[in-house]
Amino acid sequence: MTPTVIIDGTPVPVNGHRNLLELIRSSGVELPTFCYCSDLSVYGACRMCVVEVEGRGLQTACSTPPEDGMVVRTTTEATQRIRKMALELLLANHQGQCQTCDRNMRCRLQALADRLGVRRVRFEAPADRETQLDEGVALVRDPAKCILCGDCVRMCSEVQGIGVLDFAGRGSNVRVTPAFGRSIDEVECVYCGQCAAICPTGAITVRSAIDEVWKAIHDPARTVVVQIAPAVRAALAQHYGIAGGEHALGKTVTALRRIGFDRVFDTSFAADLTTVEEGAEFLRRRASGGPLPMFTSCCPAWVKYAEQFQPDLLGQLSTCRSPQQMFGALARKHLPADMGILPEDLYVVSVMPCSAKKFEAARPEFAQDGRPDVDAVLTTQELIRMIDQAGLKPAELPAGALDLPFGFKTGAGVLFGASGGVAEAVLRLLSGGRGRVEFREVRGLNGLKEAELEQDGRPVRVGVVSGFGNARALLEEIRAGLKSFDLVEVMACPGGCVGGAGQPWPADTGMRRERAEMLYDCDAVQPLHNAADNPFVSDCLERIGGSDRHAAHSLLHTGYRPRRRIDGQVIELDEKPPAARVPVSVCIGTNCYLRGSYDTLKRLMEAARREGLEEAFDFQATFCFENCKASPNVRVGEEIHGGVTPEEADEFFRSRLLPLADGRSCAAARE
Amino acid sequence: MTQAVAVREPAQDAAGRRFERIQQLVEEYGASRSALIPILQKAQEEYRYLPEEILTFIATALDLPPSTVFGVATFYAQFSLEPVGKYVIKVCDGTACHVRKNQALISSLRSRLGLKEGQKTTPDMRYTLEIVSCIGACALAPAVVINDRVYGQMTADKMKAVLDEIERVEAAAAGDGKEEQ
Repeated sequence: MTPTVIIDGTPVPVNGHRNLLELIRSSGVELPTFCYCSDLSVYGACRMCVVEVEGRGLQTACSTPPEDGMVVRTTTEATQRIRKMALELLLANHQGQCQTCDRNMRCRLQALADRLGVRRVRFEAPADRETQLDEGVALVRDPAKCILCGDCVRMCSEVQGIGVLDFAGRGSNVRVTPAFGRSIDEVECVYCGQCAAICPTGAITVRSAIDEVWKAIHDPARTVVVQIAPAVRAALAQHYGIAGGEHALGKTVTALRRIGFDRVFDTSFAADLTTVEEGAEFLRRRASGGPLPMFTSCCPAWVKYAEQFQPDLLGQLSTCRSPQQMFGALARKHLPADMGILPEDLYVVSVMPCSAKKFEAARPEFAQDGRPDVDAVLTTQELIRMIDQAGLKPAELPAGALDLPFGFKTGAGVLFGASGGVAEAVLRLLSGGRGRVEFREVRGLNGLKEAELEQDGRPVRVGVVSGFGNARALLEEIRAGLKSFDLVEVMACPGGCVGGAGQPWPADTGMRRERAEMLYDCDAVQPLHNAADNPFVSDCLERIGGSDRHAAHSLLHTGYRPRRRIDGQVIELDEKPPAARVPVSVCIGTNCYLRGSYDTLKRLMEAARREGLEEAFDFQATFCFENCKASPNVRVGEEIHGGVTPEEADEFFRSRLLPLADGRSCAAARE
Repeated sequence: MTQAVAVREPAQDAAGRRFERIQQLVEEYGASRSALIPILQKAQEEYRYLPEEILTFIATALDLPPSTVFGVATFYAQFSLEPVGKYVIKVCDGTACHVRKNQALISSLRSRLGLKEGQKTTPDMRYTLEIVSCIGACALAPAVVINDRVYGQMTADKMKAVLDEIERVEAAAAGDGKEEQ
């Protein structure tokens, strides 16, 4: 006999369901919840899924494993009363006006209040609720709208393995916040935005650029061009109910022209260029002995993650700019002349499935004389809103063609939107095949995928990960020598860009899979499938430098630097140091700490004590000088010295610090 | 009537010594998640509170996100993220102490220490006044804990005597210090 649970009088076979909530939903009853997500651990906080279990009373379905013979009732006087009461309390605590909220009509709290028929909130809002908006470069936190479901906390720690957000305080003071109540831009957030994607309310949202873009469009002096990323077309097709990503893109092109964009391009073109550059870079590294594996660099959240958490790997990241930034650099270089406009009048917009792209566009290395290559980044959701604001209905519009030269792509460029797509594009390039060679091993939603290709008689081993929890696990395996790769693709969001935080809700597993499938269909309908065959890419490379690799390099490549996780903290090791002392700071951030910087600090202080020079120096322990490659680092005055291991500490004291301790040097340090 | 007051005496050491003990604690308890609370407790004994940068250091050493360490430190009432005075006066506000009129005690303490509404610590960092939930000494209600010592059946007069004694000890210590110089 298969184990069976009686749900509202009907026997339902357990069928391997992990908890009552999923079993009940499989039986056709849409039990409400805020805090249960199948990809995250069970939390049991929101009390929305309470059911009556015979012999056990009221239980939260999400945290109750099904047992044979269980008798469950989902809709009783008690469950209805409790759900409504819990919802009423949440609504009292949730401050925000639905009409002006980013999540209006897409809010799960609003939807559930409507569904359960809450018509009155009898409770007053707490007076001391935190209401300060935290507006970051890519994400906005509105604590007044937080219902403490903890979805974002568990997403960031369980799926992404970072833990930017956590609960702080207790009882009525509890809140979800970055460490020390800091703002999101002051901590280790990589802006993947999966917290915003899973938030049931508007407590975490992606920062909007809609107003800036409208302003540019309305400015007659501006020429506004836009690039559209691969993954966006799949979400547009779903949203507008248009069959096929390329068809949806074509209709959206028409909408964008009617809105007032002067040129509409495809980021997939820049993705082809990335594939060609990255493929060449890979072959150069392979020929010259490394460093391998080479890691992809298209995902801005991964780049920031590596800069903060994996600084020793930065030399292994491809130096290729992401497609968005390659496009930005090319647009600035060529479009003013091609279009006969002044360089400063060109306004470059991106439409991305992503929140981290907003951070990437704002990175100082992607700006010239203070003007960013990409002026504004819209998410897919923001694009849909602009189209709505203009009153346009893409489904009813004729399809338009993208502009040349940055509108022509091969199928390989479209693949970038799905996890495994960058790897597949590079594999196609390396295989040298003309037709559509499919690498099915790197497709699908598995967190880790592997493939192998023979190239010049040697295997190319490719690893593909999405989600930083998976990435971290893979990196640990690589470091431990358990796995070995030549090329590793890393994407922040589970399933890749199709599941980015800029995509419409919901971004659940089913939606991600459907979008990825659509991108593979887009590839299938293109005439070309290998980035090397894109004639506009070859033209472009010819134009920006021909044989001059240096010119192409400065335009299409970039560099990375270690990045501190949390802003400005110092541990003073001397009470009230007089100003005349020479400041000596030892980094105790993760990398330096793991390489013994604490012992370095201790030995330097001991040496000072031994020499009777405690008064000459002001010792501090601080976090991260962003020089992790050379760790352990010691800063004397303004100068950073790397490689000061505990063994080197005495010599360092003698050669670097001792000379500063005599009267004259002290005075010099003071000046 | 005088009563000896147990005084925690941190802050006598150089800051470097105190920081060194934090690293010793990490080594002693092991750099694991489960060691977090004991390490925080001992760290607070060293610093009398938990400075932000010390929490970040502990997070680094234990390989935990700083937000998690912050979350734990703000969850338990025993941890303070703000500097506290040399003498921490905890007035119990459990039911038994409340009905035995601890409110009069609290208001007399506030006026004696010159603490305004919302202010917990005196500007000279000598006293911190905290109102705490039941400390489990209901038979002694109203109860007060100063540093680690419990005072039962407190009245405003008895409180005054205790504070006078603390002031006397402090004045004597300050006098000794001067003589040494």
